[in-house]
Amino acid sequence: MNIRRFPLTREVSLFVLVYLYLPVFVLIGYSFNANRTATVWTHASLDWYVRILNNPSIRAATWNSLVLAVSAATAATVIALLAALATRRAFPGRNASETLLRLPLILPEIVVAVATLILFVAVGIELGLGAMILAHTVFCIPFAYLPIRARLEGISGSYEEAAQDLYANRFRTFRRVTLPLLWPGVLAGFTLAFVTSLDDFLTSFFLSGPGTTTLPVYIFSAIRAGITPEINAISTVMLVISILLVSLSFALTRLRR
Amino acid sequence: MSQSDTLRRTALMLPALLAILLLVGAPLGLMGWVSLLEKGSSAGVDWASAPSLGNYQRLIWEEDFDGTLLWNTNYLVIFLRSVAQAAVTTLLCLVLGVPVALWMAGLSPTGRAVMLLLVTIPFWTNLLVRNYAWLIILREGGWLGMAVDAIWPFGPVQLLYNDVAVAIGLTYSFLPFMILPVYSVFEKFDWRLVEAAHDLGATRSRALRRVILPVAMPGLLAGSLLVFIPCLGAFVTPALLGGGKTLMLGNVIQMQFGPSRNWPFGAAISVVLLAIMLVAMTALALWRNRRPA
Repeated sequence: MNIRRFPLTREVSLFVLVYLYLPVFVLIGYSFNANRTATVWTHASLDWYVRILNNPSIRAATWNSLVLAVSAATAATVIALLAALATRRAFPGRNASETLLRLPLILPEIVVAVATLILFVAVGIELGLGAMILAHTVFCIPFAYLPIRARLEGISGSYEEAAQDLYANRFRTFRRVTLPLLWPGVLAGFTLAFVTSLDDFLTSFFLSGPGTTTLPVYIFSAIRAGITPEINAISTVMLVISILLVSLSFALTRLRR
Repeated sequence: MSQSDTLRRTALMLPALLAILLLVGAPLGLMGWVSLLEKGSSAGVDWASAPSLGNYQRLIWEEDFDGTLLWNTNYLVIFLRSVAQAAVTTLLCLVLGVPVALWMAGLSPTGRAVMLLLVTIPFWTNLLVRNYAWLIILREGGWLGMAVDAIWPFGPVQLLYNDVAVAIGLTYSFLPFMILPVYSVFEKFDWRLVEAAHDLGATRSRALRRVILPVAMPGLLAGSLLVFIPCLGAFVTPALLGGGKTLMLGNVIQMQFGPSRNWPFGAAISVVLLAIMLVAMTALALWRNRRPA
């Protein structure tokens, strides 16, 4: 008897996998459906992909989403990298600092989003891309922080000590020793922050203001207006991008140290 | 530890601390203040109004024309429904997530890595898109609806726009939040304890109940909290799958900041949501730290 095996856990797991992935495959399948009424299957076609490529509002929303995700992920990664270096060794208050860094993960997103809306309107920050970049940066910090911190934990301090024994100053040690060892973690953190920002709907929904929609905000209003095959196609594109990037990040965190 | 170390560490932490204080702390504080104010005539907030608890009062009582207070259960019902919906989802995630985590822990290292990736991917893909996928499946004329209609003898079934659809969508959205922390406990689990239990004559189910589950409890609690809290504030799932009929707290908050333009009232509901969340977290922390019987 294998003590690690429990009856029914395999069946439940298979059911859960179907539950998690069936909707995804249904969506992808329908996106290649030629029929206008999104649920009746006629034959395979790429019409809807061509159509979203030629849709100017989707192009504008895609551009906004990309600018937003790159800016927020870059800012979040830099901030998270500095914070990870600060919390590398134990010190009084490290737990408190880490809890604070994880705060955006714990709080309900809608509450932080409306609170940020109130603050921005009160202090006169115009809603739109800039406002979204600020808000996205904050909730991306924990996603960038965790892989960087994990990678840093695996780097022995003796490399840096050796560099300093050889008269490298702190900055040079960081640039020539720590950073090269750390980069898979930094890249993994950036990727996760990028995906998180790209996929965010709620915060952008409240802070986008008139004229600057992101892709998820566009998809939401399109669904509200009625289900169309274009939504299936653009949703599929978003799914595939997320899956590719997360797999990349997963591979990076597994790179040999 | 030298003083320069402390200084260096503070300088490195500063950007993160500033970002979180200015863009999470300050907004939440301001929101608490706004929840005491009145709504403005055109814009969201009348900043000059005298602070009062009127918005919180409105959650329970309604003022009649002559100023008498009437019991108003509209918001109370939405609160209770949100808590119930979040609790049912947490329960469903436990029932589905714990067996998955247990099964994953018994796999080969490669099997674990593959399952970990498979469970993590939905967590990172777009929540909106994933809920939209359910909309396609559950909608009228969808193939699942037709399949159910073929089996169900009592006329056509409405799968979409009800509490069941919302529960399906919420469980689907947050299941990885349960599986991952529970799995991380099972992964580190010392299986020799189970061997010992078997040697002492425990059956499989007894070993599960008396050895494995007690050790896994911190993971179960963490997972439950990670599912319960975002469920309470869910907006997308009830908006798409509940179809405006089955409102949850998140939708009421959005309405106050959108069409109703009553920001102070929306702020008050948000504060109450945060309060429920704090109560849930404190209750779990107390329960976790209780003295072993």
